[in-house]
Order: sequence, then structure tokens, then C-alpha cells
Amino acid sequence: MNFADPIDIARDAGKRTHHFHGGLRLRHNKRISCQVPVERPPLPDILVVPLLQHAGETAEPLVKAGDRVLKGQQIGHCEPCAAVHAPTSGTVEAVEDRLMTHASGMTGPCVIIRPDRKEQWVELEPIHDVLTASPDSLIIRLQECGLAGLGGAVFPTHAKALDGLERKIHTLILNGAECEPYISCDEMLMREQPDKIILGARILRRALGAERVVIAIEDQMGAVYAALAYAAKCAECKSITVVKITKIYPEGGERQLIQVLTGLEVPADGRPSDLGLVCQNVATAAAVAEAVTEGKPLIERYVTVTGNGISQPRNLLALIGTPFSHLVKACGGYTAHVARLVVGGPMMGYAVSNDATPMVKAANCILALTQSDIAAPQVEMPCIRCGECARACPATLLPQQLHMQIKNRLWDEAEEYGLTACIECGCCDFVCPSHIPLVEWFRYGKGELHQRAIETQATLLARERFEAREARLTRKKLELAEKMSRRKQMLKDKAAHKEAAEKAHGSSADA
Amino acid sequence: MRSFQTGAAPHMSPQITVAKVMLQVLVALLPGIVAYTWFFGPGMLIQILLAIVFALVFESLMLRMRGLPLKPFINDYSAVVTAVLFALCIPPLAPWWISCIAMLFAIGFAKHLYGGLGQNVFNPAMVGYVVVLISFPQAMTAWLPPLAFAEHSLGLFDSLLVIFTGHVPVAGGWDAITQATPLDTLKTGVDSGRMVSEIRQSPLFGDFGGMGWEWTANWFALGGFFLLYKRVISWQVPVAVIASVILLSLPFWLADPDSNPFPMQHVFSGALVLAAFFIATDPVSGCVSNTGRLIFAAGVGTITLVIRRWGGYPDGVAFAVLLMNMAAPLIDRYTRPRVYGK
Repeated sequence: MNFADPIDIARDAGKRTHHFHGGLRLRHNKRISCQVPVERPPLPDILVVPLLQHAGETAEPLVKAGDRVLKGQQIGHCEPCAAVHAPTSGTVEAVEDRLMTHASGMTGPCVIIRPDRKEQWVELEPIHDVLTASPDSLIIRLQECGLAGLGGAVFPTHAKALDGLERKIHTLILNGAECEPYISCDEMLMREQPDKIILGARILRRALGAERVVIAIEDQMGAVYAALAYAAKCAECKSITVVKITKIYPEGGERQLIQVLTGLEVPADGRPSDLGLVCQNVATAAAVAEAVTEGKPLIERYVTVTGNGISQPRNLLALIGTPFSHLVKACGGYTAHVARLVVGGPMMGYAVSNDATPMVKAANCILALTQSDIAAPQVEMPCIRCGECARACPATLLPQQLHMQIKNRLWDEAEEYGLTACIECGCCDFVCPSHIPLVEWFRYGKGELHQRAIETQATLLARERFEAREARLTRKKLELAEKMSRRKQMLKDKAAHKEAAEKAHGSSADA
Repeated sequence: MRSFQTGAAPHMSPQITVAKVMLQVLVALLPGIVAYTWFFGPGMLIQILLAIVFALVFESLMLRMRGLPLKPFINDYSAVVTAVLFALCIPPLAPWWISCIAMLFAIGFAKHLYGGLGQNVFNPAMVGYVVVLISFPQAMTAWLPPLAFAEHSLGLFDSLLVIFTGHVPVAGGWDAITQATPLDTLKTGVDSGRMVSEIRQSPLFGDFGGMGWEWTANWFALGGFFLLYKRVISWQVPVAVIASVILLSLPFWLADPDSNPFPMQHVFSGALVLAAFFIATDPVSGCVSNTGRLIFAAGVGTITLVIRRWGGYPDGVAFAVLLMNMAAPLIDRYTRPRVYGK
């Protein structure tokens, strides 16, 4: 059979929409936070800026306690990763370990800034000829401005762009499919700043050398489609297409979105660039536009503060480093029955133990839930193999089998059954009638597999070293033996020679 | 500053519980049970209650012995579902100890000795049924004719009397109230050289299957559709069971309609419809993937037909289900769906 090259098929991304396996139709609960325009909350008294905000390594602090910083000044440096900047002007109070915005509740180095309320900017360097600038200069700018994927994965944008440049990208996909319930920050951004997104899309397209841009939004986003399409038309950009896709969670997951737009699957151990595609969040595109045309680093983002635990749910334009408590106060505070505070959505977000946790680039939503939202802790029953999880799994896994394999520590089988392909979307967990915390099991299982891979690698290395040493020793021994035998031979020859000489001498003497 | 309790995602209350799934199955069985009682009298209701009581007794005993909490496991209704499915398979006037022995094997052996809920290799109800079918063939073949043409119909009290004492309060005793099932009649008839059309002259037969039986089957199917609608069961199982029976019996019937029954008669006889929607669909002892389910269910249909045609029993659904239960892990192994991107 003759299959068309997947890269060519992927060129038609968005011309027709496709389906992915499983998924869930969830209640959106988005409207409650979309009622009022987005505003900046008042400046907080203190800003806590974590130095680890991206996928990658912790940035090195460039400031120390007592330093005065300007708004937008770089305060953290990380060579392969993205930079960190001061969200406002003020004084650095300390550079110390604080509670991080992380699922584990771990602490990490943060720069604590007391604002002077003057909002003095550093000198910004806009790039004026954005649509003719060289891709390299654009990519460098992305790194300098600390850009990272604002959809939640916070992968440094410049790294993705560099990979894209190398791999020959034909289509840039902008992800506006905000599939988790409650979250509406991308929707609000697309409604309020479509021009910025389109401009960001054009810049990213140039940086990547891509031909087309496909912006994917949900079919239930109302005015968003018109706003984006109008903005694209105004920018005279024929290569930008806005596509409405059906809202089935998790259609906004990178791999699912690509499947919806192209009908293709990203190889399990590959990346979208294998298909000639790069995915970026719409909010990232808007931030790119600001970074390039205004020189503004990434120091603030749209964030949804919502849930039944919040008095006036809404979207805010919040400075990175603002404590959650301050943002909640700006939304009228908590309601009486608030029980859990989640960063991100209800399906994949993580609960934090404390609202002093600071705003980070990854935080798209602060969700305060009441006891009735999360229900009483359920008794975990044994798996009855009903298969609901397999029906819901967008990665076509068999969660019930994986659960059994992990429980029985059958790591080889778990790997064979594709545990590493799990995207932790939580669909299986949500539909399980036995209330088994499947995703928790899978995270644990993936950790074990990872550990095992490292150990296998170490064992391999150790064996290689051992074998090399053995070989070396044997070689030495052989060499030595050879030397010895050669020496012996030499001595023997000498002795024989001597004997012969003596004999000759003797015989001559005799004679 | 405020502190919060943390917890694992998803942060939403679950939509469904094991108990809800089992309750939906029980609700789906109701129309069939009502139809059964309508056609064959109240004996069945007594059997259902008896089986439920014994099932819960053995379930509690086993849970206690295994040191597990009673409440969540008794309240999951899984033992009740096993009991009802078993009771629907036995003759309505079977003696009370039949249920006792069957539930001991179903709940005690097939379920808990294999590890309890979700761990059983074999369908517990079918294990219980097969144990008593093989051990007490006489008690298990004393079937009643439909009330419509029964000479003596027994009321609730008389049925209780028969079930608990074995004494039949009519002249002629057992012989006067029992009658061979349509499937049995057909089998012995064909074996003794009579033609199917001739056998079907008996008032025991209806349009397709047995008189009374076929309508009971229809009502069970209705309950099955409810489960399909609620997505408790997947369509692959009932479709493949029934389709395999029709497709495999069709050539025999076409070749020799005198000694082979019409395919629809196979479908509407015995426990086939009940098995297609309620027994072969048991997720625990069945297959996982959709393809696997198709193969599993086609196997159930095929083996049932083989036993009916060539075996020693008039109906073979229970054996077919148990045999396919054994094959399920193997089928699962070879019908794994392809993982995304692999």
C-alpha cells in the first residue's frame, strides 16, 4: 500500500475536523467568570517571584536583598531556559526559599519584591520591523523576554521555535481550545485582544518559517470566532485560518488537538514537529506580540479566578508573583463553604495547601471549590473492569489493565501497554464507578518506569565499564605474557648463543 | 493567608458508583421478571428472594472471613445481581436448598475464593447454576408450562409449599404440574426422528420460541436496551451473541428445515436473550476491548448452539459463558487496542 507522507497530510490541518478516541462532555461552568471585562487588580504589598517557572532548570538570581529593581528588569537568568523579570519596580527584600506553586508543595528559591508603587519601567527595546526581522533575532527576543507556553506546560517558547526552525515547520497551530471546565482566560483574551493574538501569530510564523497558521477555538465560544476572523482580515493575513472544533474534553491537549485538526497521531516517542507542526497557546502568541513589538517581558498574564468558593468570579490581568490571596480579595473574597484551592482546572489542576502561593506563568486559573463540588472522599472499591475508563481514554489505553499491572508491579507489561502515553487528563479517573485514583497510580507508575530506565542505563554503563576494564586487564595480561615469553625466548636465545659460543670456544680450545 | 486541604485531581464529584451500575442492571431486569411471573406464576419471585437472602448471607460470611468491611461491599448490590441472574435460570419450583448450594458456590467459591468483587475469572451466577444443574438434574429440569394452558396453576402459597416441603398439593404430584421446556421437547423430538414442523404443532410453541418464553425474552431485551442506552453494557456483546446464533443456525435450517429449528427459534428459546444482555455482558469475567467483546460474545453464541445441536443439554448458555470466561484473558491479550501514536 502507498501511504501519503504524514507531513503532507498535516499540511491540510484544519481544513476538515476529525475525532479523537474517548473524551468527555463536561459541564463548562465558564460563563460565571466571563461577565465583566478583565482588569488589573491593585498592586499587592509584596510580590514573590519564583525562579523556577518553566519546564527546565531553576534560573540563577541576578539580584540580591536590598537591590532596587525596575519593572521588567531581568532578575533571573537561565541559559537554555527562559528568563525571569521583575513584575514591578521596588526593592528586593530577600532571595530565599518559599512555598512554590507546585503540586508537591515544595519550596524553592524566590525573589521577594516590595513594590514602590512607581511602576518605573526599564528601558524597553521594541523591534519595529517585526515582519521583516530575522527569525534569529526574534527567537533571541523570546528568550530574553522570558516567554514560555502559557497553556500550562510552560515549555520555553524560544526552545520550541528553535526546534521548529531545524525541523522545517509548515503549520503553526494556535491553541485556543480551552477544554477544562471553569477556565476562561484564553476566551477573554481572544475576545478582548484578537489583534495582539493575530500579530503574535504572524511573528511566530516568521520565527518558525511556517507557511500557515491555524487558530483552533471551541465551537461554543460565541463572539470569539468573529473577533479573531475580523482581526485576521484586518491584518490582511490570508494564511491565518480560524477553526471551530467540537468541545469534548480534552480536545485542547496538544496531541488531541493535532488529531482533531489533521486526523493524524503524533508518534508516541515523537513531537508535533515530526508532522511539521508546532503548537502554541493563544496567550503565548499575545505575549510574543508584546515582547517583540513593545519589548515587554512576560510579567503578567490573564488568569481566571473562579468557582463556587469565590464571591465574584472573573478574569484578572495579574502580575507574576502576586499571592493568590490578593487575587481572591480582588474578586470579593471567598464564600463561606470554600474547601479546596486548585491551580488550573478541575480535571488536571493541582490543589495547593495555602493561598500565599504566588502567581506563576503557568497558572491559568485559580479555582476555589466548595465541599459539594468535590464531594466527600469516596470509598475506593475494587475494579469491576466495566471498561468505562478505556472508553473515555483519549490515548486509547486500557486504564483498568494498567492499574492492575502497576499494582502488581508488572513494569514490563505496563510499559508494553503504553503507560508512558498517558497524558494524565483524568478522564478515566472521572468516569470510574469504583473511584480508583487512576491518574495517581499512573503518575506513580510513570515515575517507576522512569527510575527503572535510569537504573537500566546505569547498569548498562556499569557493565560496559566493567567489560572495558576486563578487556583492558586481559589485554595487559596477554601483553605481559607475551613480553615474558619474548624475554624468556631472548634469554634462551642468549643462553643458546652463549653455549654455542662456549662450545665453539671449547672446541677451539680443545683443538 | 488561609490553609486548605489538598486532594488529588480530578477535583469533581464522581458521577457514578458501582452500586449505581448494579442497581441499573437490577432495574433493567424488572420487565423480564414481571413478564416471567405473568406467564409462569409467582414461583420465580420466591426463588429470587431466596437466592438474594442466601447470596447476602454468604457474601457477609466471606467478607467477615476475609476481614473486609461489610457495608461498602454489601451495599454495592453485586451479590444481589448474581442472585437474581441465577434465580432467573432455575425452574420456578426448584427446592429451596438449590439456591443455598448454588449461592455457596457462586459467592463463596467463584467470587470470594478468586479474590472477591472484580477478581472472579468465572461468572458467579453461571458457576452456581452449573453446579446445581450437574449435581441435581432432576430438580433442575422440573419446569412449569405457561399458566395459559397449565392444568393446575399454583398460587403464591402453594408455590411456597412446593419449594419448601417438596409436597405438590394437586392430584398426580409433580408429573401433573411440570412439563418439558420447548427446547427439551424439540431436542427429544428431533432425536426420536420427528420433524421440527411437527413438533412445533405442540401448544408449547409460540411464534418463534416457546410459548411464554419468547415474550419473556422480549421483555428482557427491553431491559437490555435500557442498559445499552445507559451505556452500562456495550452493544458488541448482545449483537455478537444473537448474530452468531442466527448466522450459524441459518445454513443448517436452510439445508434441512425438518430437523433443524428456524434461527429465530434459537434466539427466543431458553436463556439466550437473557444471556446476551445480562450474563455475557458481565464485565469482570468478559473481555475488555470492543474487538475482544465481539469475539467473546460470538464464542458464547457459537458454543451455545453447538451444545444445543450436538450436546447432552437442551440449552448450553451457561456452559458457553463459562468456557468463554476461560478464553477471555487470552482474547484480551490479542485484541489490545493500538495506543495513541504507537
